[in-house]
Amino acid sequence: MDWMAWTIPTATFFVIIAATLVTFTVLAIKYPEVPRIGILRIETTRGDRLFITLLGSAFLNLAWLGLFSAPQWGALIVCLFYAIAVFRWV
Amino acid sequence: MNKTVNQKAWFLILPVLLLVAFSAVIPLMTVVNYSVQDTFGRNEFFWAGLEWFEQMLASERMWNALGRQIAFTAIILAIQIPLGVFVALNMPKKGFWASFCLVLMSLPLLIPWNVVGTIWQIFGRVDIGLLGYTLNAMGIDYNYTQDFYAAWITVVMMDVWHWTSLVALLAYAGLQSIPDAYYQAAKIDQAGRWKVFRFIELPKIMGVLMIAILLRFMDSFMIYTEPFVVTGGGPGNSTTFLSIDLVKMALGQFDLGPAAAFSIMYYLVILLVSYVFYTVMTNLDKRDGH
Repeated sequence: MDWMAWTIPTATFFVIIAATLVTFTVLAIKYPEVPRIGILRIETTRGDRLFITLLGSAFLNLAWLGLFSAPQWGALIVCLFYAIAVFRWV
Repeated sequence: MNKTVNQKAWFLILPVLLLVAFSAVIPLMTVVNYSVQDTFGRNEFFWAGLEWFEQMLASERMWNALGRQIAFTAIILAIQIPLGVFVALNMPKKGFWASFCLVLMSLPLLIPWNVVGTIWQIFGRVDIGLLGYTLNAMGIDYNYTQDFYAAWITVVMMDVWHWTSLVALLAYAGLQSIPDAYYQAAKIDQAGRWKVFRFIELPKIMGVLMIAILLRFMDSFMIYTEPFVVTGGGPGNSTTFLSIDLVKMALGQFDLGPAAAFSIMYYLVILLVSYVFYTVMTNLDKRDGH
């Protein structure tokens, strides 16, 4: 595993991602997903909304890093609101 | 009738999951790990945080490569998709010539990337190449090793030559699956050639056409071998696309950290566009009632 050059922050990052995926899988088994059509006019399930959230968050973080010199946790707050919006309306 | 839900089927994809884990997920995780560290070789790493991302986002070199990449992909899509559909529309529908055309069309697809590069590299050469020599003999100043436009035209023409047949074959398959009844109905309504294309053929091949666009987008966005063989990214940096720049950075300069940060952003862009295409495609399918 040495060649993979693990660090505590990246390991934490992947553990969180993996935990999220597991949680959503369990949720999908317990409460089956119901597709719906939101403001994007596309059919999305809970899993789709998670994907849109994660992908969008990556871009939000990059934009924050590139445009502002503010600390990076600010981007996480923006992402949180973004996630709520996606799960509520998309 | 209600279908029984049996989630156990998911276990059947476990072997694929393992394969993908080894071939894609683990390397991707490694790239993420590299992107936040600095290394001087010998497997020694030092924490760098978000430095490489910051550096890459501010790097003119990356934005230029991205701009060139987007321009290249847009140009080849704008040529290959209409041209491919046009070719497909004019291919014979059955008989000997249909098979002959199909074989002919698939030939460029069978040639390995670096061979295509070599073919065009020689084809365009001013001293011995058929294209380069002829153009110069006609008094047209064409030299892809020195001239920006010549280099771009060569690279674009090469890609069009290599991949238009993929679009044509996919569109052809889509056209073949349209039942004759549609054309008969159009004939009764006295619809012209354009109307038949606009209201029957185009909507019916939209699905495969989206797949063609998606495939061509991804492939051209990751293009490396062909322009590398022909122009090596030159003259100057004029045909240095994202992959070429990435390889220069990672292997040429051994800047693993910046290259990793760069490839993550590159990956995100491809993921985003592919997801958009995928969504459009599945929604088209649903609208058609498949």
